[in-house]
Amino acid sequence: MRTYEVMFIVRPDMSDEDLDKLISTLESQVGTSGGTIKNVERMGKRRLAYMVRNFADGIYILFTVHGEGLIVRELERRLRVTEPVIKFLTVRVDEEQKRLAKVKKIRESHMKGRGTQAAAAQAAAEAAPTAGGETTPANA
Amino acid sequence: MADEVRTSAGPSGEQSSGSGGDRPSGDRGPRPGGPRGPRGSGGPREGGRKYFRRKKVCKFCVEKIDSIDYKDFRLLGQFVAESGKIVPRRLTGVCTPHQRRLSTAIKQARNIALLPFAGRM
Repeated sequence: MRTYEVMFIVRPDMSDEDLDKLISTLESQVGTSGGTIKNVERMGKRRLAYMVRNFADGIYILFTVHGEGLIVRELERRLRVTEPVIKFLTVRVDEEQKRLAKVKKIRESHMKGRGTQAAAAQAAAEAAPTAGGETTPANA
Repeated sequence: MADEVRTSAGPSGEQSSGSGGDRPSGDRGPRPGGPRGPRGSGGPREGGRKYFRRKKVCKFCVEKIDSIDYKDFRLLGQFVAESGKIVPRRLTGVCTPHQRRLSTAIKQARNIALLPFAGRM
């Protein structure tokens, strides 16, 4: 089971309820084909860096999909024919997340090994920065 | 010239001009096989730069930023020129693996209109 991030841009003159309808349609379609949408993030209306189909702004939406590749292929096909969607991008993230988890584990084991002097203070001090420092890149 | 013995990647064997200074990979000086574009190690011929440019460090290695995300366009925008081009790593000091990931992330961000392909020139 792979994890993908699908980000797509919807035309800015879409109303909220149309947007909700679109999202729920896509969610149910992914659900019926056997995947799950772990997360839906509406990143709001943003100015585009270049004109896309004569639009200068767009509403950004991010899906985190958990499933097989075929599910994403079907989802992309739907996005391509849906008229309000003007651009989409799919990125596979499960390998990257595995690598990040490994790096974090190695780093934490280093910290624990080194923390013989004032071990409690060290653990407390490094828990705060790592929680702040390492989750921010992912959440941004 | 005797200097040519050192350079292995020179396209033409004989150089009638004395200064082989514009050789991109030529290490004429006593510096033994440093990185190709001498980074931080000066030398009188370096594309016009004088001795010992301040040693630039990789921002990602220092701050221990693990994941370079295409969504993080503010971070990516620091490595993009005014014209929208990706800045080469000899100017920013980024290390090679991070530069590769950064480059992929910038290209992904460009595709999803978070960064321009070509900005104002």
